[in-house]
Amino acid sequence: MAIEVRIPTILRTYTDGAKAVEGAGGTLSALIDDLEGNHPGLKERLVEDRSGSIDLRRFVNVYINDEDVRFIGGLEAELSDGDQVVVLPAVAGG
Amino acid sequence: MLTIAQEIFDAIVAHAKRDHPDEACGVVAGPEGSDRPERFVPMVNAAGSPTFYEFDSTELLHLYKDMDARDEEPVVVYHSHTATEAYPSRTDIGLASEPNAHYVLVSTRAHGNSEGPVEFRSYRITDGAVTEEKVTIVPLTNPQQTEEASTP
Repeated sequence: MAIEVRIPTILRTYTDGAKAVEGAGGTLSALIDDLEGNHPGLKERLVEDRSGSIDLRRFVNVYINDEDVRFIGGLEAELSDGDQVVVLPAVAGG
Repeated sequence: MLTIAQEIFDAIVAHAKRDHPDEACGVVAGPEGSDRPERFVPMVNAAGSPTFYEFDSTELLHLYKDMDARDEEPVVVYHSHTATEAYPSRTDIGLASEPNAHYVLVSTRAHGNSEGPVEFRSYRITDGAVTEEKVTIVPLTNPQQTEEASTP
């Protein structure tokens, strides 16, 4: 099962410069674990441990077919073959 | 060094003054690898705050898809400080995620929404290190065309 994942510039150090990589998984969480296998270090940049539970980092946005995953289940958001996932760091500051 | 056209400089300053006392934010996109900030894209500050800015997540996706379709990248990422100097805050440094962008900071603390000069400074922010750079303002993006247009 192939899911295309678009990688932002700042994380391309983990993908040998590739703008997009392929992964597999029935949920976003499973996809991130699958990606970590081929691109070690990537997971750490996407999720964090928040008082014992793993969640998406506050300033990382992930979209499945143009929907912000925060509105469709977060890490448990479901994926199917052919879905497109986009990762974008928040543009934010103080 | 950041080289930016006068009208884009003016548009950034006008946006910052308009949104004062909240922070204003946006990008100037340009052809990938060109280092030329050409397309001014003001963004809504979803945080609506005098001390924080954040692009709305849906608008952020649209912006990046649009740039992708045009083979562009964010050459400038700008935002304003409304009570402090035009220097990246700790949060700005921690969240900077475009290593190739010029981070432009505008401070509206001196004149707020009113006429008057603003601080306009540019930085590179990579791996937590801030390097200020010179800003060169060029008269017009395409002076030749404008001259012709103004000829009766």
